[in-house]
Amino acid sequence: MVEIEEKTKDDMLQLVVVGEVDASSSIYLDNAIRNAMESGNLKILVDCTGLNYISSAGLGVFMSYLEDFKERGVRFVVCGLQEKVNHVFELLGLENLLKIVATQREAEAYLNGTQA
Amino acid sequence: MEHRLKANCSKKQLREIRAFVEKVLKSHAMSDIEAYQIVLAVDEICANLIIHSHQCNADESFEVCINYKDDEEIIFEIVDDGMAFALNQYSEPNLKEIIHKKKKGGLGLMLVQRIMDKIEFHKRNNKNICTLCKKIDKT
Repeated sequence: MVEIEEKTKDDMLQLVVVGEVDASSSIYLDNAIRNAMESGNLKILVDCTGLNYISSAGLGVFMSYLEDFKERGVRFVVCGLQEKVNHVFELLGLENLLKIVATQREAEAYLNGTQA
Repeated sequence: MEHRLKANCSKKQLREIRAFVEKVLKSHAMSDIEAYQIVLAVDEICANLIIHSHQCNADESFEVCINYKDDEEIIFEIVDDGMAFALNQYSEPNLKEIIHKKKKGGLGLMLVQRIMDKIEFHKRNNKNICTLCKKIDKT
């Protein structure tokens, strides 16, 4: 089960993900990211502080939009990964392909271009 | 002692399977990160089996069995009678290609291979058995 809340802050869209993203629930993350992108948002932040579990289905959702983000000029950042969840991203080396930062403040700074 | 769970071929069962594996692992000392990864590997195999071998048909079922070997190794067997998976025909996908083609799948078995010490697919008594082995780190 996963719950995804959408929040808007200035010109940023924040998706707050709480719960577990597996093969059954990854469709909700997929829909949320697609909606965020197709609504024309150019700054998207995914807050994963409350994400307790992710399987390859969830990782695949993130990966599948990277090309679209590049094409549309969308800045996309993931923050707040719990240590055990972060390890899963690292198992596949996804931290080299996806912008991942520790805190929401760092994520906002990245989206605003005030931090590399 | 063998731990065994029968599950229907529905993606909604994955949560129950994870809870079952987690409960068994918790009876043996193990770090949270290691336990999480082992649960994930079993989840990936079960998800593949439910989706690709059984097309999410909840009328069909499979079993997850967990055995400890001398407290040094955990052995999982995922047993079903659907379409067998041919590991020898599997080659690890290229991440950049997955991104380029905007694919959502293809990462599950990569994770299992990085987490588990051994993966085998074989037939026994006309059933497909996927065996996953993980040595227990006692340090």
